[in-house]
Amino acid sequence: MNAQTQQINSTDIAISVEKLNKWYGRFHVLKDIDLTIHKGEKIVVCGPSGSGKSTLIRCINHLEVHQEGKIIVDGIELNNDVKHIDEIRREVGMVFQHFNLFPHLTILENLTLAPIWVRKMPKKEAETIAMEYLERVKIPEQADKFPGQLSGGQQQRVAIARSLCMNPKIMLFDEPTSALDPEMISEVLDVMISLAESGMTMICVTHEMGFAKQVADRVIFMDAGEIVEQGLPEEFFNNAQNERTKLFLSQILAH
Amino acid sequence: MTSVQHISKPDRLPPISQSGPIAWVRERFFSSIGNTILTFIGLYLLYLIVPPMLNWAILDANISGTDRSVCDANRDGACWTFIKVRIVQIMFGLFYSANPDQIWRPIMAFAILGGLITALLLPWIPKKPYIGAFTIFVFPFIAYALIHGEWLGLKVAESDTWGGLMLTLILAFIGIAAAFPIGIMMALGRQSDLPIIRYLCVLYIELWRAAPLITILFMASVMIPLFFPAELDFDKVLRALIGISLFQSAYTAEAIRGGLQAIPKGQYEAADALGLSYWKKTILIILPQALKISIPGIVNTFITLFKDTSLVSIIALTELTGITRFAAGSLEWKGKLIEGYVFAAFIYWCFCFSMSRYASSLERKLDTSHRN
Ligand SMILES: Nc1ncnc2c1ncn2[C@@H]1O[C@H](COP(=O)(O)OP(=O)(O)O)[C@@H](O)[C@H]1O
Ligand SMILES: [Mg+2]
Repeated sequence: MNAQTQQINSTDIAISVEKLNKWYGRFHVLKDIDLTIHKGEKIVVCGPSGSGKSTLIRCINHLEVHQEGKIIVDGIELNNDVKHIDEIRREVGMVFQHFNLFPHLTILENLTLAPIWVRKMPKKEAETIAMEYLERVKIPEQADKFPGQLSGGQQQRVAIARSLCMNPKIMLFDEPTSALDPEMISEVLDVMISLAESGMTMICVTHEMGFAKQVADRVIFMDAGEIVEQGLPEEFFNNAQNERTKLFLSQILAH
Repeated sequence: MTSVQHISKPDRLPPISQSGPIAWVRERFFSSIGNTILTFIGLYLLYLIVPPMLNWAILDANISGTDRSVCDANRDGACWTFIKVRIVQIMFGLFYSANPDQIWRPIMAFAILGGLITALLLPWIPKKPYIGAFTIFVFPFIAYALIHGEWLGLKVAESDTWGGLMLTLILAFIGIAAAFPIGIMMALGRQSDLPIIRYLCVLYIELWRAAPLITILFMASVMIPLFFPAELDFDKVLRALIGISLFQSAYTAEAIRGGLQAIPKGQYEAADALGLSYWKKTILIILPQALKISIPGIVNTFITLFKDTSLVSIIALTELTGITRFAAGSLEWKGKLIEGYVFAAFIYWCFCFSMSRYASSLERKLDTSHRN
């Protein structure tokens, strides 16, 4: 636990997870997870497939229900209170491995849907904001197309813009580049890097180690439902302590 | 390593024997000895069946005159004179054949329906959801006003004097229109997280699917009056419609459930993550996609229902089949049942065939849009 050096003030905390436990049936998928994330902090989560990375970040916006422990997001505790869940989902954006754009809506409609129906924003205003975000992810010319007409990289950038249109305080990324052809990975990472530079609080599940070195404040390694090791990217990559971490790093850096 | 400059190869046509009309015939009809024998048996059967049928239905058929004397003089061919003379009755039933000056009313109702359906089918017409909603929720009242007549101050046509193709279309169309919203709710309920709602919906769907339509119609005509005071003469057509709609809603629900199950989990998750509530997610994201996928299935249940409306004859309603039997049973046209049924079958076929073409063209269209 060597990441936080400065004085910590509780209003600085974006997400706090305490003693989180989750089971799928009898399968114990998350074990005693403790995690505090500060506003503006960028976290990269990595670990072998099946280690519970997706489950962890999906608990943060209640796509998965946890059984034990406490999750507080932006000062709101996640429990089964529907109002809390709605509030948190409005503040937390999520980007999925398979984009999950709405195929029956145009790109612009994908972006304006939630602002109009959740934030009750007038349509004109929502469209103006949507176009600004499409500019930021560099595909304003695709606004009237349907998702099926775009490449994977373009779809993922639209998905990021769709989340940003809700003006979230926190962004969750679940392996945003692992369904992409290699030549499209960098266009998505560029968008994520510029988002990181703008000060967004981010949790990214990714194995893009270049990205981690460039933007992460902290790298977390998970294995078998536990946080095994975490630290600054420098220390994490050059100086991992745990055997499992070392094994994992040697595997992903080998190819 | 020596480097040789690469020259791209030009595209070539496929070898001639694998395509073209001759190969097409050979592959399909003469690919083996067994296949060749079957082809010849098939041709022989066609030779046995088709020429006599053509002679009866067209070449030797009678259509002139206004009574059966022409037909009695030539018994080799079909007697289409019967159909010609009774066409208003077969199309619109007893009231309108007794009041032929009023037939503009059902004709107008069906012209409006035809216009609405054409608008729904033409690809370049915008605002299809509104037209569809109008067709399902508003048009039935317009049609009722025209066909029944009382609201518009026209000569009243009581519903038990409705009949013919008109009644068939009314039963089928109102049946599907009323079944649609119920079917959507049941299909959604069947996927609910709340076990009670889920079980109730499963119970509803399986109950209606377990009973044959003929039983339901019989119950509707016998049991519904038991719940109402005797002096209230509960409309016979309405009774049939209630039975048909509830029956049909179970099949619609199953067709829509198929569509709902085809929606990837990621669509629900993306909608949830954006903070959409259950109903917003369902109406804006899930149903538009699920309904599109289930249209072919819904059209198929509609085709089945269209034919099954003939069962209402057991509660003494004379839709297309019933009126045909009625007309062929009259003294004047005794013995012309075959002509009547062939004509009725032809009408059923026209409607069902166009609906099934529509369903398969939709399937193709949806298929290509899913491929990219
Ligand atoms: N809905 C589910 N039901 C049962 N088991 C699940 C479910 N989702 C994930 N799992 C299991 O939980 C474990 C962790 O999954 P996940 O969080 O997706 O891992 P990761 O994202 O690290 O690859 C895996 O073994 C997976 O098979
Ligand atoms: Mg995962």
